[in-house]
Amino acid sequence: MTEFAQQVISGLASGGIYASLALALVLIYNAMGLVNFAQGEMAMLATFLAYTLIGRGMSYWIALPITIVVAFAGGLLIQRVIIRPVERAPVLTLVIVTLGLATLVNGLAGFLYGYIPRDFPSPFSVRTIDILGAAASYRDLGVIAVSAVVLVLIYLLLQRTTIGLAMRAAAHHPEASRLLGVRVSWMLALGWGLASAAGAVSGIMVAPILLLEPNMMQSVIIYAFAAAVLGGIESPLGAVIGGLIVGVTVNLAGAYVPGVGGDLQLAVAFLIIIAVLVVRPNGLLGRRAARRA
Amino acid sequence: MSRLAKWPPRYWLVVLVVLIFFGLPTQVTSFQSLEWAEVLIFAIVILGLNLLVGYSGQISLGHGAFMAIGAYTTAILVHRYNLNYLATIPIAGLLTGLVGFLLGIPALRLSPLYLALATFALAVITPSLIKRPVGLTQGTDGIEILPQQPPDWASSAFTSVTGGPPMSSDQWLYYVVFFIAVILFWIAWNIVRRRPGRALMAIRDGEVAAAAFGVNIAGYKTLAFGLSAFYAGVAGSLYALATGFVHPDEFPVSLSLGLLVGAVIGGLGSIPGPLLGGIFTFWLPILSGQFVGGQSWIPDQVAAVFKNAGPAVTYGALLILIMIFAPNGVVGLILSAYGRLRSRLRGAGERTTGQLPPDPQTV
Repeated sequence: MTEFAQQVISGLASGGIYASLALALVLIYNAMGLVNFAQGEMAMLATFLAYTLIGRGMSYWIALPITIVVAFAGGLLIQRVIIRPVERAPVLTLVIVTLGLATLVNGLAGFLYGYIPRDFPSPFSVRTIDILGAAASYRDLGVIAVSAVVLVLIYLLLQRTTIGLAMRAAAHHPEASRLLGVRVSWMLALGWGLASAAGAVSGIMVAPILLLEPNMMQSVIIYAFAAAVLGGIESPLGAVIGGLIVGVTVNLAGAYVPGVGGDLQLAVAFLIIIAVLVVRPNGLLGRRAARRA
Repeated sequence: MSRLAKWPPRYWLVVLVVLIFFGLPTQVTSFQSLEWAEVLIFAIVILGLNLLVGYSGQISLGHGAFMAIGAYTTAILVHRYNLNYLATIPIAGLLTGLVGFLLGIPALRLSPLYLALATFALAVITPSLIKRPVGLTQGTDGIEILPQQPPDWASSAFTSVTGGPPMSSDQWLYYVVFFIAVILFWIAWNIVRRRPGRALMAIRDGEVAAAAFGVNIAGYKTLAFGLSAFYAGVAGSLYALATGFVHPDEFPVSLSLGLLVGAVIGGLGSIPGPLLGGIFTFWLPILSGQFVGGQSWIPDQVAAVFKNAGPAVTYGALLILIMIFAPNGVVGLILSAYGRLRSRLRGAGERTTGQLPPDPQTV
């Protein structure tokens, strides 16, 4: 039982990371009906920035906010320069553009930093404390706490501020919002910035576990896809719940299902995606999409 | 002969290209023949992808997985069951086509976005999936296929033309690939300009309208998936024969993305486009690596990194630029330039070419 609880806690820690990235996906989906395939790679690049800053002797807790701010600006810039020209293009075009962006960023990181995995510092020790008989590491608890703070901040921004209201309005009714004086295009850019910032946090949290290298996020983005699809791709709360479920499920499957371990855990995420799409395409919290026919 | 005289110029261009590719092995080395065989293999799978993405409007980011199925079918049949390698090519194609057809059924229910997502996930997990059934795929050891010797008639015909050494196994394989590529391009061309092609394009441009005109939406969409997978399976099978070795890590997600890049750069919704896409996808990493490696002022370490990262940067940048500025790819650019030139010469534009298919699909 203790081992089970331990697996659940470390699953929740990974789940928090997936939730942050899934939330980033949901933010962009809500803004423009698009899944950003480059979300993971953008997070990876931001993590390399944090790595460089810390390597220059900066304290972790100063490097973290700086990275988040730069990631925010970077996301904003990407939306303005690359996404805006194809904003109204068919979804196929948008998917290809974000895939191009993913490839570009991945190659860029490889170009700048090489492909050798690097140790990334974690402010939390790997010592364990006793919670309900289970040994939980400070690192897992720290990751859960940081993810929770990020998720709550984004929730407050979206639900409790005027700018959050404008962002939601622009996503739901662009035409009406424009008439009411909301700068819709800038709200989309803001969504990209916010998503990029949330993704950066997930990258920084996952880097000490997976080791930092350009392909680090390739598996994480699949888990985040699974989380977003499971939660309902337009629901921020769903992304969080989906992330936690995916994190725990994958961890438990890896520990208890024979044959599933290591790289096959990704296949579990794939199965979750397929199962949700076939059984309940709108996810747990998604609204049923009205389809013009 | 009078029929030939009426041929439009593009038919003669096709004949010229086919002749050039037919004569290629007599002019280049055996190793270069193998390289060009791989170009044609990429062209085949990109053609299949184009039938799916460019004509039916469904997206697949997982065609590397279909190639893997084809490649492993051939490798296992040849290596374990000693089947004739030529016989395994249609088997690999049909088996992969069946898998594609079956995958096309759940794909019917998915919006393009979800389909992209699911196939992307499939592409990412493909290497891990191949590694597991060790008894079948030999896991990370991979499977080796011995080179195939050319039959006597081909060898003697080749020698009588070149007057040089006898035909190598690589040159023979080039001709196998070449003939299959010609047949598959011919089939694709006939499909897209006849009823199925019109039905697919109607679905792509407006599913509701197509259904109203009596097009069997589900049937044609799954057919496109199956056909596309068939092309990928044949290409995968040929790829296994060409490289003589299959290994899980030969089918990474970057392969699937590279294929999509090829389809986009050549031009979605065009039949000659995939050939250009194949040339591009195969030669870009090699040529860019050689170029950087050959420059003495670039330090070796930078060159080594570029060899890994260079193609990704170029691919990514090109994908974005093409989608923004030339959504119809190279063929689209050529067609619109040709159309403009012709209308300039004749005084008036008789028809517009190279238009991006008006795709109103929303999520």
